Amino acid sequence: MSALILRDVHKRFGATEVLKGISLEMGSGEFTVLVGPSGCGKSTLLNIVAGLDQPSAGTIEIGGRVVNDVAPKDRDIAMVFQSYALYPSMTVRQNITFGMECRHVPKKEQEAALANVARLLQIEPLLGRKPAQLSGGQRQRVAMGRALVRDPLLFLFDEPLSNLDAKLRVEMRMEIKRLHQRIGASIVYVTHDQIEAMTMATRIAVMHQGEVQQFADPDTVYRAPANLFVARFMGSPPMNTLPARLEAGDGAPVAVIGAGRDDAVRLRLQGYDAAASFVGREVVLGIRPECIAEGGRVFSGAPVVVNAPVEMVEPTGAETIVLLRLGGESALARISPDMRPRPGESASFALDTRRICLFDPQTERLIA
Amino acid sequence: MRDRSFAPSRMLIYLVVSLVAAAYLVPLVVVVLNSLRSNVEIAQTSMIGWPREWAFGNYLTAWSDFCVAQTCAGIRPYMLNSALVTIPATIFSTLLGAVAGYAVSLWRFPGDRWIYGVVTLGIFLPQQMRLLPWTIVLRDIGLINTLAGLVLIHTIQGLSFTTLFCRNYYVAVPQELIRAARIDGAGFYRIFWRIILPLSPPILIVTVIWQFTHIWNEFLYGVTFTNGQQQPVTAALIALSAAVADIPQHGVQSAAVMIAALPTLLVYLLGGRYFVRGLTAGAVK
Repeated sequence: MSALILRDVHKRFGATEVLKGISLEMGSGEFTVLVGPSGCGKSTLLNIVAGLDQPSAGTIEIGGRVVNDVAPKDRDIAMVFQSYALYPSMTVRQNITFGMECRHVPKKEQEAALANVARLLQIEPLLGRKPAQLSGGQRQRVAMGRALVRDPLLFLFDEPLSNLDAKLRVEMRMEIKRLHQRIGASIVYVTHDQIEAMTMATRIAVMHQGEVQQFADPDTVYRAPANLFVARFMGSPPMNTLPARLEAGDGAPVAVIGAGRDDAVRLRLQGYDAAASFVGREVVLGIRPECIAEGGRVFSGAPVVVNAPVEMVEPTGAETIVLLRLGGESALARISPDMRPRPGESASFALDTRRICLFDPQTERLIA
Repeated sequence: MRDRSFAPSRMLIYLVVSLVAAAYLVPLVVVVLNSLRSNVEIAQTSMIGWPREWAFGNYLTAWSDFCVAQTCAGIRPYMLNSALVTIPATIFSTLLGAVAGYAVSLWRFPGDRWIYGVVTLGIFLPQQMRLLPWTIVLRDIGLINTLAGLVLIHTIQGLSFTTLFCRNYYVAVPQELIRAARIDGAGFYRIFWRIILPLSPPILIVTVIWQFTHIWNEFLYGVTFTNGQQQPVTAALIALSAAVADIPQHGVQSAAVMIAALPTLLVYLLGGRYFVRGLTAGAVK
């Protein structure tokens, strides 16, 4: 059974169309992340799923039931908010049981459910406190407890980690993922942070300007982004996208960066037969920074080694990020942390050509 | 170290401030002193003077013996009238204003801004302009010359201010609280009762003080829509000074004024701290 099906959901605010026909189908137990830059419509979409906002057109189906005309409380959902939205004047205990109280759940069941969730999230010592007496991470846990206690068909998370500091965010990220693995709930999770999307999702819906750009598992989204927007949005530092010319080669097409220049880089693309129709035309070549390493690095295939001028070096500790020139175009590379090429000089770099992506410069779609 | 408080510029500031304060306080002092002088003493000397004999009896007379409009029960019944108007009207207008402010600040519905605009427009309408409409309304529903009529007027007139106060306080409440409560299954009134009202004491105290003082001190409606035994104390005080028979009763009148002013003074003394704090507060987080 599908946990959530969206069919051609539109949302207009006056003349502006915020959602331009969203269709998604999400299986039971899936962890779906809606990711995109601010203003892409992801939070509006989540509010529509929750019933806090009405779509202008389209249907929403939760657990096999069309819920367009069903009130939020009757949709069998639970939601965790960015600000946690804990009721300030209630204790943690009351915060968690308030929903059950509204639904007239018998006191005994309330107590049992509360005890269960408190144990799962390890918030038993906090039950008597008010939200103002809790730390950020504790509030986050209580907000999740309030959602978990309902045992709904569908969990909705609206940027739940963006108010936490960086360290806590990583911890809570793991905790949410672990929780999902333990209880196997269906989750829709909204974030603008592509790392959160990559690390937690079973499937990612990348949104931009009110449309789903790609809906696929994290590996596919990362390795084969459907278009240039996805390629540039996912990954940090982002994928290098360089203009190139595709030429016919010996058994495989060759991409030339900086065609006609002395320092043009020629990359033979084995297994890119799908790009045959683009031979002799301009393309956009996408290559992830981790596919450009110091010369001498051995990828599992034979790398192409080039000499390229170095413009800037950023040591991060775990790796060194290098801004270099490939056939005159700027590109980022991730090299070993102990390597420090000098800006202004040339260094040798190894390019892994097996995971290069080619995009149509007109439609910006992935070719191969 | 030089004591700056005796610098000439300082002295000038103190002088000016003291003069302003004195100008403000002189009438009060005159009334307080006169309330403690016998009528004969005032008549024989002047309106301004130190009591030769303390006449505390003035207060007793003013409270329960003095004659107003052919009835000799002092201002006690009129104080009761004022209380019977002010207390319910304060409670009703504050509660209704809190619900209305909550509705227009935290819920979106068609025409919400328009309704808020019209309600608060009442603040800017002069009282005199509303006299005639109220006359017609009170006549048609049969509440002319009743305390209930005054309660109705003050409850509705008060809504403009109470709605404004509460709305401005509630806009600081995060929208997500309402969303979370709706998903939890709470409706409009349950959210108000369980989540919003517990956050409201600061603004409710402000509103109650504001309403209590204004309704208690209100004169125009009281004198227009009630007469005789139904008048609130502000209106009765005028009748009292008009009921002067042979010799002027300044001592008793002053005592009556003091008694009439006491409730609002008490409310301010008890809640004044919260008043100043509440007007500047707003953040709920």
